[in-house]
Formats: sequence, C-alpha cells, structure tokens
Amino acid sequence: MASAPSKLYADDVSLVVVLLDTNPFFWSSSSLSFSQFLSHVLAFLNAILTLNQLNQVVVIATGYNSCDYVFDSSSDLNRSFENGRMPVMCSSLLQKLEEFLIKDEQLSKEEPEGKIKSSLFSGSLSMALCYIQRVFRSGALHPHPRILCLQGSPDGPEQYVAIMNAIFSAQRSSVPIDSCYLGSQNSAFLQQASYITAGVHHKPQNLDGLFQYLMTIFATDLHSRSFIHLPKPVGVDFRASSVFGQAQSEAASASDKKRKTPET
Amino acid sequence: MASTHVTKRAKYKTTIKDPGTPGTLRMTFEKILFVPHNPKSAGKLDVEFRYIKGQKHTKEGSNKPPWLNLTNNQNGSFIFEFENYSDLQECRDFVGKVLAKGGEVSEKPTVAYPDEQLSAAEMELRIKLLQEDSELQKLHKQFVLSGVLTETEFWATRKKLLDREVSKKTKQWLGFKSAMISDIKPSTDGRTNKVTFNLTPEVILQIFAEKPAVHRAFLSYVPNKMSERTFWTKYFRAEYLHSTKNSIAAAAEAAEDEELAVFLKQDDILASEAQKKIRRVDPTLDMEADEGDDYTHLPDHGIFREGNKEMTESQNELYKRSLSQDINRHAAVVLEGRAVDVELEDTKAVAEALAQSKQKSSNKGESDGDISRERLDRLSRMTEIEDLQGPNTLPLAPLCIKDPRDYFDSQQANALRTSGDALGGIEQIKCGLSTQEVYGSLRESISSIKAMGLKEPIVKPEVAHQVFDALTNSISNTKYHIGKNPQESVLDRLPRKTKEELLHHWTSILELLKHFWASYPITTTYLYAKVNRLKDAMSNIYPQLEEIKGSVPSELRHQVSLLVRPMHQALDAAIQHYEASMQKRSAQSGERPNGYV
Repeated sequence: MASAPSKLYADDVSLVVVLLDTNPFFWSSSSLSFSQFLSHVLAFLNAILTLNQLNQVVVIATGYNSCDYVFDSSSDLNRSFENGRMPVMCSSLLQKLEEFLIKDEQLSKEEPEGKIKSSLFSGSLSMALCYIQRVFRSGALHPHPRILCLQGSPDGPEQYVAIMNAIFSAQRSSVPIDSCYLGSQNSAFLQQASYITAGVHHKPQNLDGLFQYLMTIFATDLHSRSFIHLPKPVGVDFRASSVFGQAQSEAASASDKKRKTPET
Repeated sequence: MASTHVTKRAKYKTTIKDPGTPGTLRMTFEKILFVPHNPKSAGKLDVEFRYIKGQKHTKEGSNKPPWLNLTNNQNGSFIFEFENYSDLQECRDFVGKVLAKGGEVSEKPTVAYPDEQLSAAEMELRIKLLQEDSELQKLHKQFVLSGVLTETEFWATRKKLLDREVSKKTKQWLGFKSAMISDIKPSTDGRTNKVTFNLTPEVILQIFAEKPAVHRAFLSYVPNKMSERTFWTKYFRAEYLHSTKNSIAAAAEAAEDEELAVFLKQDDILASEAQKKIRRVDPTLDMEADEGDDYTHLPDHGIFREGNKEMTESQNELYKRSLSQDINRHAAVVLEGRAVDVELEDTKAVAEALAQSKQKSSNKGESDGDISRERLDRLSRMTEIEDLQGPNTLPLAPLCIKDPRDYFDSQQANALRTSGDALGGIEQIKCGLSTQEVYGSLRESISSIKAMGLKEPIVKPEVAHQVFDALTNSISNTKYHIGKNPQESVLDRLPRKTKEELLHHWTSILELLKHFWASYPITTTYLYAKVNRLKDAMSNIYPQLEEIKGSVPSELRHQVSLLVRPMHQALDAAIQHYEASMQKRSAQSGERPNGYV
C-alpha cells in the first residue's frame, strides 16, 4: 500500500469496500439490467476516487458459490488493461469480474428445487472485515474504512449466524456498514446491519436514478456524517431471528394455555 | 431437662413489696398454675401462656433474691420468688422455650388470606429490596398499599430476587486476628507488683493453634495434675522469661520445674511437622533465583558486623526462641484459617474441639499414599527424556460434523409452513433458466459494457432531479419526526417526566397483566375477587394514558399515541377476556337459582 505523506491527510480520507452482488439468478429477474447497474456503480466508484486524492476503493464480488476481490484502487496492477473506451480502472475491474464469474460457474452444483437463491453475503462481509483489519494494522495514518453493500438477492437464513457475527465485529471495530437494497422485498439482514453499526440503509424507489442515490447518500465520508443528514429508516425489521422459530404469539392467545398459578 | 412441665416451690408476689405467698408453681406448655400451700390464701393463679408476653429475672451475681417476672399483654406482671438460682434458671429456660414456640403462630391483623410464615429475616429482606429498587417500591406502593394486590402475590413472582438476596449473606468464617498474642499487654499493678492477664476463649484458641506443645500439655495436665489457673500462671511465667531473653535464668527455672520446662523448650510437635513438610516438597519446583531476588548486594542492606561474634552457649540453645520463629508460626496459623468454628465458653471445650479437628485432618493426611503415588507419576512425566520414549499413538475419535444446512433448511420449511406469509414473503426467484444460461447472460452484459463503454449519460437529468427531490423531502420529514441520530428513539425526544410516566405505566400494566392472566381459569372465590380487583385497576389506567397524551405538545402526540397503542391493546385483550368469561358464568349460573359462587 502506498504510504501517504502526513500533511496531505485530512479528516475525510475514506476507504470504501464495496460488496457487489453478482448473483446471476437475481440479475436475470431484476428490472435493472446488470450492464446498467455496472455503469452506475463504475461511475460512482470513479467519483469517490476523485473526492479525495487519498481515497481508496476495494470491490468484492458476492457470487452465488464464492466471493473474491475484483478491484483494489491502491494496487499497481491496474496499468495493464488499456481500453480506449473507458478509464483504465473500469476495464480492469470488468476483466476481473468476468474471470470471477467463470470461476463461480464452475463451482456450481446441483441444487434442490425451491431453495432460496441467495448470494454469499456473509462470505464477502467477512472478507471485507479482514481487509479492513489489515488496514488498521498498517500504521497510524490510514483512511477511515466503511463498507457499502449493494445487494439485491434475498436473505439466506442459513447465513444468519455468520452475518450477525460479522455485524457485531464490525460494530466493535467501529466500521459502519451502509447498505443499498436493490431487490423488490425487504432485507432484514441489511437493515439490521446498518442499524447496529450506525450505517445508512436505503432502498431506492427509482432504480434508474441509482447513480444519484449513490452519490447523495453513500458518497458521504464518515467525518461529514456528523453534519450531513442522511435518510433514516422509520423502523428496523428485527424479525430475522423469528425465521427459526414460530411467529410471536399475542398475549391473548397465551391465556388459552393453562398457566401455573403463583402460590397464594 | 427437656420436660413438658416444670414444678417448683416458689412464692408468688403481686408486687415487689409484697412478701409473697408460698406455694407450688407448675408450668406446662399451655399454662401456668400456682397453688398456694395454704388453701385459704387468695394467691391462686391460673394463666395461659398465650397471654404472657415476656419475662424478666434478677441476675445471679447480684445481691437480689431469685425473682422471675412474667409480663402479660395487659401490662400486668406476675412475680415469682424461687428458693435458689438454679430453680430460677430452669423456669426461665422453660418459659423461654414456650414463648419462642408461641411467637410463631401469632395472629396477624389482616386475615383475608391463608397465613404466611413471615420471619423477621424475610421482612428485612423485603424491606431492603424495596429500598434499593425505587421502581419496585413504586409498584409496591401503587398496588399493595392500595389493596389491589396482596403482599404474598406481589412477592410470589419475585422469589428469585429474594433468594438471590439470601444467598448473598453467606456465612463467612472469621479468621484469627493478625495481631500477635504477645502484643496483648497485661494490666500491671505497680503497687502489688502483680500482672494480670485477661484470657478470652478466642485468645486461648489462638494460643493452642500456634503452640501445639502447649495444647498437648493442657490436655494432659489439666485437670489431673494442676488446675487451669496454675497452668496459665506457669505459661505466662514462661512467656515472661522469654521476653527478658535471659536464657540462663530460663534454663535454671526449667531445671527446677518440669512443667515450666515444657513451656520453655522448643516446640517438638512443630519441629516434626516441619520435617514432614520438607519431605513433601516437590523436587520439580523451579527455585532458580534471578537478579530480582538478590537483595543482599543492594546498598544499605544488612547489618554490618564488626568485631567479635557472640558465642552462644550450646546448653542454653534449647531455651532460646527467636522472634522470626514466632512471627512465622503466627503467620502460618492465621493463613491456615480457623479450624474450629464454634462459640466456646470453656477452655477445656476449646482444647478438645481443637484436638478433634486436628485428628480429622491427620486422618485425611493418612490417605496420602495415593497422593505420593500421584506425585511420583508427575515427577516421572516431567523429567522424561524424549529420545527414549516410545511412539505416542493415542486413539483418535473421528470427527462428525453435520452439515448445518440440514438444520437450517428444515427450519426454513417449518417457518414457511407455520407462519404463512408472516415472513413478508421471502422472494422466491422464479428462475426458468438453467444455471448456464443465467451465468451466460451476466457475462454477456459485461462484454457489452466493455464494448460500448459506460452508459451515456449515466443518469438522465430529470430522473436525477426527481430522485434528489424525493430524498430531500423524506430526509427533512423524518428528521422532523424522528430525530437526527439513527440510534435515537422516540422516547428520548419526549420530556423526561412524560417518558418516566410512560415507562412506569408499562411496568405496572405488565405487573397487573401478569397476575390477571395467571388467575385464569378461575376456580376459587379468592381468584374471583382478585380478578375483579385487577380489572378495576386496569380500567383506571385508560384515563391516565389519555392524560399523558394530552399533556404532550401536539407534534409529539402522534408518536406518543403510537407508543401507547400496544398498552391499549394488551389492556383491551385482558378486559375482553374478562367480560367474555363473566358472560359465560352468568349464562351458567342462570341454571342454578343460587348463583355460582
């Protein structure tokens, strides 16, 4: 990692780890096409890098069978891909993404019918946290890290424990998890993650303007969040734990069961 | 003597000045009967113990005659004069016994519910809990003192709290004092040259614990060879000799008096114990000294010896005792702790108790044949030479890790089945395409974007404008209603008094509902009455909640009503249930003309 001269370091230097959802099953049925989505995201990443000279961006692809790093703005390997059509950074990202998808497809195996097709969100979250830990140990001068999740796939209940573990460790290391949900329903995991780690959660109403959402809400660095107002959810769905049990019963139904009377 | 009655000759006096009527006093568990010797005199007394409140008596050491004064609960008193103090003692014990028993079934002022055995300790516990927790105190005041709930019911659900308090006060054994016995200064009388030592059983216990030779001497000499007084006199004479550090005089006196010699000699029991301990030291103990342990070469340490060393007389060696020995022994005993945990009044009892406990511990020590074998095992393990060991193949248990997906998948199926669409509809991606196709389409998108470059423009200006407007609106709205901080809750924005009231209402509603739902199904009149009381209390809460809503400024009113809604729902459910059961009852009781009670 390139060392930064200390006098250039300001409060708003940030490291954004973007978790990109590349679940093919979701994208094949989404109203937003994957290429449009990629345009929005690539422009957004470029914008972050222009906000501050020392900003860093890391992209992790959340696939269906695996997760992998596809882009690191601080690495020097970005020079090799020249393409007249687009900035260098984008082309290297796309190349790596394609390779990742090929690998991911090779890992796929027979799945039973009716299974929820969720992406490996817990895996990419853990990878992001590991990267951030490494940044923390790189010295006194390091950017403020945060995680941005661009998810559309539904929540996979089998990942509940792993995701909660990751959320709590992010909370302990004071790493906010921002989340932008692109699917049609609600994601309880993302809401909880942002609530617990004091990040921002938003579900864009109009996916054509995704870039505007990203710029307005998710480009804000951590220092500015103390005086810039960001959208707050009215309520957080903490019901993810009830996936494993029965729904909450009302007080009225409890009276029908025989209760042991206290000693009188 | 544990008898059911006591009969003694006594005189009965109505007042102190009264000379007293001689007669026979007979006490049983129920009553006191006094029959005068002279059948014609009027002093006959027949009193039930129920009416006796307390007793007083004259002390043995004073010059007063042995009187026993029984007070009854009308503040009258019956005075009995006995012939001697032992009679008085007997009667006193008996009365004490009866009074103690009687105190347990004393009547309580409110007898609306079955009797509760409330010991003083438990009352204290409850009061302490109430004092510590102001929330609990408020609930208690609100419900119990206004008669909605009774004490028993209130505390029945809090047994865990009470138990926790009780277990906190576990008995802790008091150890020995750290001050050395030799620091206990006697009182000296300069005029008669007498020195008086004050011996309490505590001090005696400590002396016996520290000096086992003295203990052994006590057990063997007293009371056969000498009285306890003589024993202690000799002991303190020996102490005095030690303190003067005059070993020659000590040797001289020891030669004359063999019992004194016991106190002056070195303690042989201690010596043998020390030897045993040395034999038990673990040879694998690493006693390597490092620089920190070497204090002798520090400057200003140690005493400079100059000139001649003192020549010690070997024959008087036996009678010297050094301060360090005393201090070490004292410290060892204090750290070992107290072996005897009983309040003892008599020296003899102390000595015997200590001997008993030592016996027990030595019995335990005899079973250390196993311990020494264990030590040898450990020694051989620690000093083993690795090259000479054989291969160490332990049988390995095979790991059996089940696939967690089995559990989660089955649970998921359960959840979907039981809760229907309560999960908010987990999105089931209807995917008609195969995996290959799906991945293929993704890769196509990537290639297309690589070929065409990023979308131009990234976002249309109208769309961007729309998004921006909507966002700004929603952000400003929610900021107004909910507050800036994402972690802030509605409660924090309310004025403090309102917030506290709301929270208090919540806890009181929970308390009421707890008792309410626990009383169903109603089987006794008691429960019926209780349910009525609770229902009245619950109905009273509605106007209070309305009041709170009214007192809050208008912009917060909506939030408060949102908070209050679940309270309403819970209360409504309870009252509905109550009314339904009332209707059922009245329908049933319509058949019986007398009503169902």
